[in-house]
Amino acid sequence: MTDASGPDARVAASVAGRERWQPAVIAAIVPLTPAVVSVRLRPQHTRPFLAGQHVDVRLTAEDGYRAQRSYSVASAPDEGDTIELVIERLDDGEVSTYFHDSAAPGDTVEIAGPHASYFVWRPGVDGSVLLAAGGSGVAPFLSMVRQRARLADPTPMLLLYSARTWGDVIARDELLAHERRQSGFTACFCLTRDVTRRSSDFARRVDQAVIDDMLARLGGTPTHTFVCGANTFVGAIADLLLAAGVPAGSVRTERYGGD
Amino acid sequence: MVTRGFTGRRPIPPYADRIPPGQHLVHDFPVLSAGPTPTLARADWTFTLRVGPRPIKRWTWEAFNALPRTAFTRDIHCVTTWSKLDTRWEGILVDDLLADAGLAPPTEYLLAHSFDGYSTNVPLADLTLGRGMIATHYDEEPLAPDHGGPARLVVPHLYFWKSAKWINGLQFTTRDEAGFWELRGYHMYGDPWREQRYTDD
Repeated sequence: MTDASGPDARVAASVAGRERWQPAVIAAIVPLTPAVVSVRLRPQHTRPFLAGQHVDVRLTAEDGYRAQRSYSVASAPDEGDTIELVIERLDDGEVSTYFHDSAAPGDTVEIAGPHASYFVWRPGVDGSVLLAAGGSGVAPFLSMVRQRARLADPTPMLLLYSARTWGDVIARDELLAHERRQSGFTACFCLTRDVTRRSSDFARRVDQAVIDDMLARLGGTPTHTFVCGANTFVGAIADLLLAAGVPAGSVRTERYGGD
Repeated sequence: MVTRGFTGRRPIPPYADRIPPGQHLVHDFPVLSAGPTPTLARADWTFTLRVGPRPIKRWTWEAFNALPRTAFTRDIHCVTTWSKLDTRWEGILVDDLLADAGLAPPTEYLLAHSFDGYSTNVPLADLTLGRGMIATHYDEEPLAPDHGGPARLVVPHLYFWKSAKWINGLQFTTRDEAGFWELRGYHMYGDPWREQRYTDD
């Protein structure tokens, strides 16, 4: 659980001395699944970032009341002058419901970041990568998969993605296209409330046999493992990984929600 | 800058002045960790107080729990923007730990260390005079592994990443040394009321 050097210094230096918050115009809002929208933002200043980092989004009401949340960036670094966020509607939320119900292209929000340099993938790093996503926890992995494709990076990368149904798989067609076109990238969908469409997927929750199968597909223990999703999902996956002999120090987690 | 169409959901008045800027109130207890939750048997648990590299005193689970116990109820604030009010903790104050070691604080700075390799820096002044605790209980129950059990640091007036889960030691350092998140873009001190989230805040 230690490494902090290289590109982080570049990112830190580029952000230093600037205003933390900056305006970002909503360029597009597109439904991805029944519960998830893609929000494309055009910040005033483009800032370099690493795949897996997050931005803070801040909204201000007319009376000055503010709400702030963090979202992983789903677009690849260096993709242009916009970044994409993947936002799931939480019925008791106030920021996600704004993006789902009120926001429109042309509206302006404020963002800070991208921030944090632990849950990040760096292209060209040796070894294989296992990504395990639950639901909208796939967002930081989309950034990683997209960057790998843009750079034609040869890192063996396997995305294990748990979703309720085939229709709930975010960016499904794009992931399938990456799998067809990008050597060394595969996606495996675990559908908890649906049948499978492909023989390489599973129609059940991730269990020990699924994890063992993922390690076999990668040809052994992954060098780096990232797990992102709701806390119960991440906890369950982390336990299965450790039971399969994956060293705890090679597993990075990002969680949301309580217990 | 007003966001068109945003109305928001304000905390109700008795609580509003307890929520720092950029935070929102939650009623569950979110779990945030950089890696898997370690499984720690109380029989194998130890806590070590160090000055630099030098161990001063080591406690077993039994000896640690024989120290004077304190309970406090505090609001906590996570840098991921949730705040939770009136959380009840019980454990050993850092004051009582230092007293048991018979150690006059040799420096102004400490690093908290955890079983999983995590670390975080907290100034001495933020851990003493009843401000910091090694908690073994939350809400009158033994602390669950996901929340840092068997024992975690609780420094409720700083962002909650300072409250190291699965703590196994405190170390005096001559300078204010960055820990795990402080090396990865987060603030050296982390005062929620001054919104010290990231390095340059």
